[in-house]
Amino acid sequence: MMMEETATGIPSGKLGIWMFLASEVMLFGAFISSYVILRTGSPLFEIPLREMLGIPLATLNTFILITSSVTMVLALDSIQKNNQKGLVGFLAATVVLGFAFLGIKAFEYHHKWAEGITLSSGLFGSFYYTLTGLHALHVIGGILFNLYILRNGMKGIYSNDHHERVEYAGLYWHFVDLVWVILFPILYLL
Amino acid sequence: MDQGHHKETFISKWVFSLDHKIIGLQYMFTSLSFLLSGFSLMLLMRWQLAFPGQPIPFLGRFLPESMAPGGVMLPEFYNQLGAMHGTIMIFLGIVPLGVGFFGNYFLPLQIGARDMAFPRLNMMSYWIYLLGGLVMLSSFMMPGGAAQSGWTSYAPLSVTAPAGQTVWILAMVLIITSSLFGAINFIVTTLNLRVEGLTWSRLPIFVWAQFVTAILLLFAFPVLEAGAVLQLLDRIAGTSFYLPAGLVVDGAPLERTGGGSPLLWQHLFWFLAHPEVYVLILPAMGIVAEIIANGTRKPLFGYKEIVGAMCFLGVMSFLVWAHHMFLSGMKTSLSYFFMTTTMIISIPSVAILTCLVLSLKGGSIRFTTPMLFAIAFLPMFGIGGLTGLPLGFTPTDVYLHDTYYVIGHFHYVVVTGTIIALFGGIYYWFPKMFGRSMNSFWSKVHFWLTILLMNGIFFPMFIQGLAGVQRRLYDPTAQLHNVAVQPTNVFMSYCAWGLLLAQIPFIVNFFYSMFKGKKTAENPWEATTLEWACPSPPLPHKNFEKTPTVHRGPYEYSVPGHKTDFYPQNAA
Repeated sequence: MMMEETATGIPSGKLGIWMFLASEVMLFGAFISSYVILRTGSPLFEIPLREMLGIPLATLNTFILITSSVTMVLALDSIQKNNQKGLVGFLAATVVLGFAFLGIKAFEYHHKWAEGITLSSGLFGSFYYTLTGLHALHVIGGILFNLYILRNGMKGIYSNDHHERVEYAGLYWHFVDLVWVILFPILYLL
Repeated sequence: MDQGHHKETFISKWVFSLDHKIIGLQYMFTSLSFLLSGFSLMLLMRWQLAFPGQPIPFLGRFLPESMAPGGVMLPEFYNQLGAMHGTIMIFLGIVPLGVGFFGNYFLPLQIGARDMAFPRLNMMSYWIYLLGGLVMLSSFMMPGGAAQSGWTSYAPLSVTAPAGQTVWILAMVLIITSSLFGAINFIVTTLNLRVEGLTWSRLPIFVWAQFVTAILLLFAFPVLEAGAVLQLLDRIAGTSFYLPAGLVVDGAPLERTGGGSPLLWQHLFWFLAHPEVYVLILPAMGIVAEIIANGTRKPLFGYKEIVGAMCFLGVMSFLVWAHHMFLSGMKTSLSYFFMTTTMIISIPSVAILTCLVLSLKGGSIRFTTPMLFAIAFLPMFGIGGLTGLPLGFTPTDVYLHDTYYVIGHFHYVVVTGTIIALFGGIYYWFPKMFGRSMNSFWSKVHFWLTILLMNGIFFPMFIQGLAGVQRRLYDPTAQLHNVAVQPTNVFMSYCAWGLLLAQIPFIVNFFYSMFKGKKTAENPWEATTLEWACPSPPLPHKNFEKTPTVHRGPYEYSVPGHKTDFYPQNAA
């Protein structure tokens, strides 16, 4: 498939995904600002004890997600060198790491709920589940996108001069990773 | 692109079409229907405002007990009509007409493209919009009726409102998603699909307007989406994002932890809703600019200034939202900031209007129907804009806030401004869409009746507002100081019902001309922009016989030495 000529020289799909990410920045921006405003402004905003937050597990999860970004970069790098096996292997690793993140997140939810931090127990809980839940939905979306690329990759559709979609999936995945890198300190460490 | 080779069925051609022109027409018919239904809700309200407490004649018999027992409208039903009128008109009527229809149909044509950048996404935008609209209308059937907390849905009232509000939120999320898909598509299309020679300084103003509008939608709508999700959680998941502690509802304390802030909702809402004002007006300005350049047979005055002003408007529109909240008790320093930005944003609006007015100077004006609408737009939008200034100053806003003055102000902007321009656009591009022209006499009847009756409805609102009549009143005669201006309400209601009748010439003329109107040539208005360089209607899925190349700016009218008084962009 030949790329169509565009006025800017940038493929339309790539511009489209950047525009989509711009709107996502505004979406998360609005949630995060709401959180910051109420956390600093509301007298009834109670922050749970650090021990209840499970920081070590969340740190591990952060590490997992950052690693998955690295494997994503390696997947793209492989296909740019026309290494089909590398693409499939690193993409599979990215998907597995994504599932690991969700698994740990589910365990964290279960643990926190048992400790009494629930969606309606107070502002912290409300924001915690809303922000991380929205992020988890994005992780699920990213995993589905990656699985689609993985399926095509196993069919050998991509090559060194045709791999735009691998790059788009990567852009999205890095964005999801970046959001977590912001959520982690503001929810757990501050 | 490969659809051209396949045999198309009725379904793939007219229903699930990927062609931007068919999707544009779907947007047009749907949004015009929503405009009519939103307008009808207002006609019911106008009965209550003119003759409070009296049974609605004829129609009253068909309304159920839960809405109007004995034909007399209940206060709750009045509130539902008000909230749904605003929501339907803005989100389901005007934006989908101005952006979804005009943008979809004419932006690709004006840049010489064969279609939008993402045809499949384009089709999805339409269907999600239609679904959102139907969900929104269905909320009237919920127990307790439709949303009734105003189109602004201020918390905590909206959080404790009946179930119709949940449906409102879900419908809004669908509409927002549809708009976001559309915005991405418009931006990428404008950036990437311009034909050879069509540089940024040669883009028609209409394309610039749609481009800036799409950027506003892209950045503003996600914020409302976030706000809507938080409100949804407050309603169904027991959170307290917008609920302060110690709320008492219907005499019983609300069992919530509290600590949230009702003002948070207002900020998130207006962060969208102020740019939304420019989403409503920019496409209209773009249409008016096209028609005025064509109708005056001379280049627009200040092309660069208009483009610069539009871009500046776009940026500034994100910095003025809290002027809707001067009475929320914000800090004086903060209200000064928003007062200043509000005064600054009036400058580019005035600049655009001035350029459009000066464009008329020295032109040999052709008073065609579209031109009548475009010329009428200028003073009408002027009134709308200038009456906004006293609302931007805190000292005057304290008095005028939440009075009918505000309603008058934004209806002058959106109705006599935007809707008049959109009508003009429909008359202007009708020959392009259907290859036939509309009847000129009945078009002019429609124009004069519409513009007079609209003024008859909205001008008295300023008088009422200055007399202190509050908006959202179920029974205006319940307060003594309103009784003096009550006769204006009767007058306004007759004008509103007359306005409905005034649309009959338009509707009949539209459908008659669609099938039986006089056939027109490819370029009946002798215009210069690219959409007139393709057949009428444009070819399915490819628009142009041969991809055009652009050689000059968009408004080369009356060029000295050229044989005709218009020099098309694509002419070699």
